[in-house]
Amino acid sequence: MTTATPTQDAPRVKKRRGAARVEKRRGTRDRLVIGAMVGIPTVLVVWLVWLPALASVALSFARWNGFKLSSLEWVGTQNYTDITTIYPPFWPAIQHNLIWLVFLFVLPTTLGILLAVILDREMWGSRFYQTAFYLPVVLSMALVGFIWQLFYSTDQGLINEVFGSNVDWYGDPDINLWAVLVATAWRHTGYIMLIYLAGLKGVDASLREAASVDGASEVKTFFHVIFPVMRPINLIVLVIVVIESLRAFDIVWIINKGRNGLELISALVSQNVIGEATRYGFGSALAVIMMVISSVFITIYLRIVFREERR
Amino acid sequence: MARPASRDTSLTVPASFSAVNRRSLLRGALGAGALLTVPGALAACGGDTATSGGGGASAAPGPVKFGMNEAKGSGPAYERLQAMADAYAQKAGVEVSANAVDHNTFQESISTYLQGTPDDVFTWFAGYRMAQFAENGVIADISDVWPIDGLSDAFKEASTAPDGNQYFVPVSYYPWAVFYRKSVFEKNGWAEPTSLDELNALMEDMQGKKVTPFAFAAKDAWAPMGTFDILNMRLNGYDFHMQLTKGEQKWDSPEVRNVFQTWKTLLPYHQENALGRTWQEAATSMANEECGMYLLGTFVVDGVPAETQDDLDFFTFPALDASIGSDALDAPIDGFCVAAATDNEEAAKAFIGWLGTAEAADAANSSASAPFIAANSNASTEAYGALQKKSAEVVQNAKSIAQFLDRDTNADLANTVITASIQDFLKNPDNIDSITTSIQQQAASILG
Repeated sequence: MTTATPTQDAPRVKKRRGAARVEKRRGTRDRLVIGAMVGIPTVLVVWLVWLPALASVALSFARWNGFKLSSLEWVGTQNYTDITTIYPPFWPAIQHNLIWLVFLFVLPTTLGILLAVILDREMWGSRFYQTAFYLPVVLSMALVGFIWQLFYSTDQGLINEVFGSNVDWYGDPDINLWAVLVATAWRHTGYIMLIYLAGLKGVDASLREAASVDGASEVKTFFHVIFPVMRPINLIVLVIVVIESLRAFDIVWIINKGRNGLELISALVSQNVIGEATRYGFGSALAVIMMVISSVFITIYLRIVFREERR
Repeated sequence: MARPASRDTSLTVPASFSAVNRRSLLRGALGAGALLTVPGALAACGGDTATSGGGGASAAPGPVKFGMNEAKGSGPAYERLQAMADAYAQKAGVEVSANAVDHNTFQESISTYLQGTPDDVFTWFAGYRMAQFAENGVIADISDVWPIDGLSDAFKEASTAPDGNQYFVPVSYYPWAVFYRKSVFEKNGWAEPTSLDELNALMEDMQGKKVTPFAFAAKDAWAPMGTFDILNMRLNGYDFHMQLTKGEQKWDSPEVRNVFQTWKTLLPYHQENALGRTWQEAATSMANEECGMYLLGTFVVDGVPAETQDDLDFFTFPALDASIGSDALDAPIDGFCVAAATDNEEAAKAFIGWLGTAEAADAANSSASAPFIAANSNASTEAYGALQKKSAEVVQNAKSIAQFLDRDTNADLANTVITASIQDFLKNPDNIDSITTSIQQQAASILG
């Protein structure tokens, strides 16, 4: 990677001969600094991200209880065939992850953007609302799950108490995913709102003025002027939503360890490698599947970002 | 939350731990002195012997680190462990640095904990999980601590890994049974059922009086295993339970399907919406008379208000098949291990040897708000309430004692397959065939 520096310097050297000597003198030291700045993170990334990831891929073809290396047994693609054929929670988990993704986009994200646009209008008390909506974001997902348990509990929960209903919010597999999604949305909305609000504050006021001079309505101004200008923020929001829905884990784990209608890939990975069960090979295979799905989204994102940069 | 999780553990029985040994296990242990007060064994009389109470080679005491699977202030279970640590520190004049970890967290990180820098002595469970750690060399051979005065051969057997050495020191156990409130039964003229007919009549009568017969919770996936276990042992017998958990019987066999079938007929007498309920909530509904009975371990007392605790009584699940009888039950054993990674083995052995003594049990029971049922037959029963006395008696009278479905079975199978499958059954009680087939397919892959 350090080789990139001289090649980039090359055209400049031709243009400005006087400055070239200065650059060259600094060259060695700069190169060392740049080398360190690039090298250390690279080593860390390779050591902490790539090696474990590759090890997971390797482990996914084995059966291992995590203790002695000698007990490791290579089983080929058996873990993958087992997962897709005889492991009942797998397909529901994929489905739930997708529902999670779509739901986060449709409701909390649009709601968050809407709130941001409204709060951006500097109405009375907007600071208060801002804080109120953002407050859940500072709570961990595990805590959010616990707080909502107080609402959802069948026998002692607030919702059933107030409405006299007898719905098993966290236990009924047809309902609990949605109950959890509502709790997630409670937190996610504030998160998106804040990011979007920050973006809106950065939009050049003259754009709005120009739009209103041209007689554009509020709604038109937003969709035709503000929204396109906000492209970088929109991309960030898009990525955050995708990442949030793929890594969704803590809330279902705190509720029922990702079973009974709350299966998620991340929870299945944990069930198999954390705690009492030590199916490291099987868990790794699940993790690899999750990694593959994530990389699809990451690839799309990176392509968009790079195309942006090329412009 | 801390207490229940102990049932979430998976301990399976070492291969060498034969049925005969298991049978005699607690019966033998309790036979002698568990029900009698043995004043000679009281802590005060432990006196000035600085060495461990265990026989064999008594190691020299020294400062030890003690890993406890109960968080600070999490209730009687923590108080008992802390009391034992304090008593030993005082007696041996050494420092015991306790590391109190939440029960679930402790269990979930046990593998990494043992391979990292574990405490010298830590709380754990008898059976397969102990044996598995022994096989993988993460817990230390403590055969020279054994025999420990007051711990029977049967307990020694439960502490032995397949290699024939001891890796465990038991401290307590608790039976699973059907709990109820005496006053509620009296008020309604109900009596403990001793046969299936009586149970059926009792359940009908309860429903007639708008009381749900059985409180039931399945949010924690281990909780409904207690019901599976007792039905399996009543319908197919203890030997079948052991063969099934060892993988010698198939999960899609007619016997297992019969268990689920019977369970299905009993489900209408159980609390609805069990999958969203914690066992504490179920215990509460028994305490406030919404439900008549609750099949759970004796830790159920931690889930009911203090004023109701003395009102609790229990009976063992009645026979479903006359030829099988009702003399088998679940009674998991808790205790301690020494981590192999310790650089302090002598002191750790001195400590763990003492933890097995009656003196340790008495120290725990005399200072905690609720006692455990001591494994040591010389331990004082003074602190026992009626419930503990009866528990000890029931276990003593049982012919066969199982640990628990997830303690007797391969941990991978129990925690990733059976838990989810039982919950699946509770969702769709009609899908017995496909559920049992699925368990067997996965069992074959995991155990294969």
